[in-house]
Amino acid sequence: MSHSLLEIKDLIVSVEDKIILNGINLTIGSGELHVLMGPNGTGKSTLVSAIMGDPRFQIESGQILLDGKDITEMKADERAKAGVFLSFQVPEEIPGVTLEDFLRTAKGSLEKRPPKILQFKKELKEQMKALDMDPSYAERYLNVGFSGGEKKKTEILQLLMLQPKLALLDETDSGLDVDAVRTVTKGIRAFKNRKNGLFIITHNARILEGLDVDVVHVLEGGKIAYTGGQELISKITQDGFGVLGKGVGLHEGL
Amino acid sequence: MKDFKEEKTRVDQADRTIYDVKDRLDPAYLMDSGITPEIVNQISKEKNEPEWMRLFRLKSLKLYNEIPLPTWGPSLDELNMDQIVTYVRPKSTMKAKWSDVPDDIKETFERLGIPKAERKSLAGVGAQYDSEVVYHNVRAEVASQGVVYTDIESALTGPYSDMIRKHFMKLVPPSDHKFAALHGAVWSGGSFVYVPAGVSVEIPLQSYFRLNAPGAGQFEHTLIIVEEGAYLHFIEGCSAPRYYVANLHAGCVELYVGKNARLRYSTIENWSKNMYNLNTKRASVEEGGTVEWISGSFGSHISYLYPMSILKGKKARMEFTGITFAGEGQNLDTGAKVLHAAPDTTSHISTKSISRDGGNSTFRSVVTVTEKAEGSKSAVSCESLMLDSISRSDTIPVMDISCNQADIGHEAKIGRISESAIFYLMSRGLSEDDARALIVGGFAEPIAKELPLEYAVEMNNLIHLEMKGSIG
Repeated sequence: MSHSLLEIKDLIVSVEDKIILNGINLTIGSGELHVLMGPNGTGKSTLVSAIMGDPRFQIESGQILLDGKDITEMKADERAKAGVFLSFQVPEEIPGVTLEDFLRTAKGSLEKRPPKILQFKKELKEQMKALDMDPSYAERYLNVGFSGGEKKKTEILQLLMLQPKLALLDETDSGLDVDAVRTVTKGIRAFKNRKNGLFIITHNARILEGLDVDVVHVLEGGKIAYTGGQELISKITQDGFGVLGKGVGLHEGL
Repeated sequence: MKDFKEEKTRVDQADRTIYDVKDRLDPAYLMDSGITPEIVNQISKEKNEPEWMRLFRLKSLKLYNEIPLPTWGPSLDELNMDQIVTYVRPKSTMKAKWSDVPDDIKETFERLGIPKAERKSLAGVGAQYDSEVVYHNVRAEVASQGVVYTDIESALTGPYSDMIRKHFMKLVPPSDHKFAALHGAVWSGGSFVYVPAGVSVEIPLQSYFRLNAPGAGQFEHTLIIVEEGAYLHFIEGCSAPRYYVANLHAGCVELYVGKNARLRYSTIENWSKNMYNLNTKRASVEEGGTVEWISGSFGSHISYLYPMSILKGKKARMEFTGITFAGEGQNLDTGAKVLHAAPDTTSHISTKSISRDGGNSTFRSVVTVTEKAEGSKSAVSCESLMLDSISRSDTIPVMDISCNQADIGHEAKIGRISESAIFYLMSRGLSEDDARALIVGGFAEPIAKELPLEYAVEMNNLIHLEMKGSIG
């Protein structure tokens, strides 16, 4: 039995006084991969952003626990230090800061001491190679002038370099061509182990190829409307969310 | 502290020979500017200057008393001229005390890791430090190539005196503005560099090493002549704040770039936060020559600084890369000017400014293209970053084009740090302060990468310091 890595209890989240998430309960155990699906505009991004500590979203009530530790009140950097990572749907561009310098700074902040330079460079080179990234990207300014695909690969590169306990991936596959999705999936496979957890927002199954999905959640109306196994994905991708029927009720263990 | 006292003693000993002018002054002269012909004569006499220079000073003084204060820039109402009178007296007894140096400057020295001896020198209280040795070594090394690198006072009486006379304040005449006139009257200290034709100086020359020259720093004159086909990189100032008792800096820099020569002139000016920095810098560039300015303006209460390039010869070029950081209580008015006076000349002005905590940063550029400058190109771009809503940033570009065939461009961007970028960086473990500093550092990066490494590192440290607000 795995212990619970992420536990969300009765989470209510608002933005500009409008309730977006209305009572989320969710547990991700270590070694588990959960998928979050749901129609556009139901608050999937809000949920992962709130877990990461995005100040735009107000937590009205409820709790977020990581490894049993309450992180609800923590700022984003403290959550990152506690082991949370978010792959952004739209990664930010930071002019003047190279990808390599940024990663070194981030790693230094997370590990509370600067990484050993040679070891770091070697690891970076290997991980970039594994993700089919041109080594010159290390010297380029973070995400500036990167294509959509390169930005997403860079997010996965960060995931692999920073090795968080819990990875939240917000539509990392959106806008990617087939090859890029495959590369991203390869990165996720390389990351996944028995101790960490993954929470992936996606609209299609391709990114999950070759990955064992433990639980699928469907978000609707600000709540987890359905929770099921891997089979839910093909159902939804084939027939749409309508197949699950309208209604709010919580259908545990569908 | 203890070694400081020893050094202070040395200063006092040196002061015993002081020619104390105070007693001989006729108080009537102090009516207007406070600076009298007697004081100016005295300065000249102390320096054993040639007669022409003494007369030059007197003429400048007259202009200084005639020309009004500028009315178009940041206010100079609080400029304390009386204090300046005391300072410009030769071998003034007005020495800074280490205990008077503001705490923020002392702590900045600490944070930048500047050795104790140098801190005192930068604070204007030291007399001598080890860099003197470095300076002599550098001089010896470049001398073997025929390069002259010396303080301007010795050049004035040495074999290069005619050359000085021919060039001194010819680019920046004392009639230019009130503080150019003041400079002409009371200038003291500075560097003279002469690079003979065809000589490429491989190591950058740094005036940093001779900051400690008596009286240097406040009214210093820099005169650089780079002859045909020669190359020089000259670095002036340093990124640690320089503190003086009197709060006016009116230096002057004149750069003569010969045919097909290249001069790269880098400065980081970081004056203490009470300083009025009214510095005038100008370059003339002959055919096919290039002047490159790298300019960092930190510190000071008020700055007026617009290095100007006069592109005299065909295909002469100038590049200006500048950064200005205005924090609380600072009003920094900076920019660049260029005069295209010959065909096919090129200028490229690129600046960045950062303002925070109510700081005010104004960018001014003046691009003038004369009738003769056909086929000239000019590109001006300025980017401003405001770190909060109480800070200000303005752009005042002026273009005066008298030629039909010229390609002139201007681009201005004013922005703020986006909250989503901060969140992105924080999600990777950076604290909010570090995230902001990283973004600002990135904004400054195009300038930093033009600087020699140790200066880039210092500038980066400085940005982190400024960003943290409180030191420690």
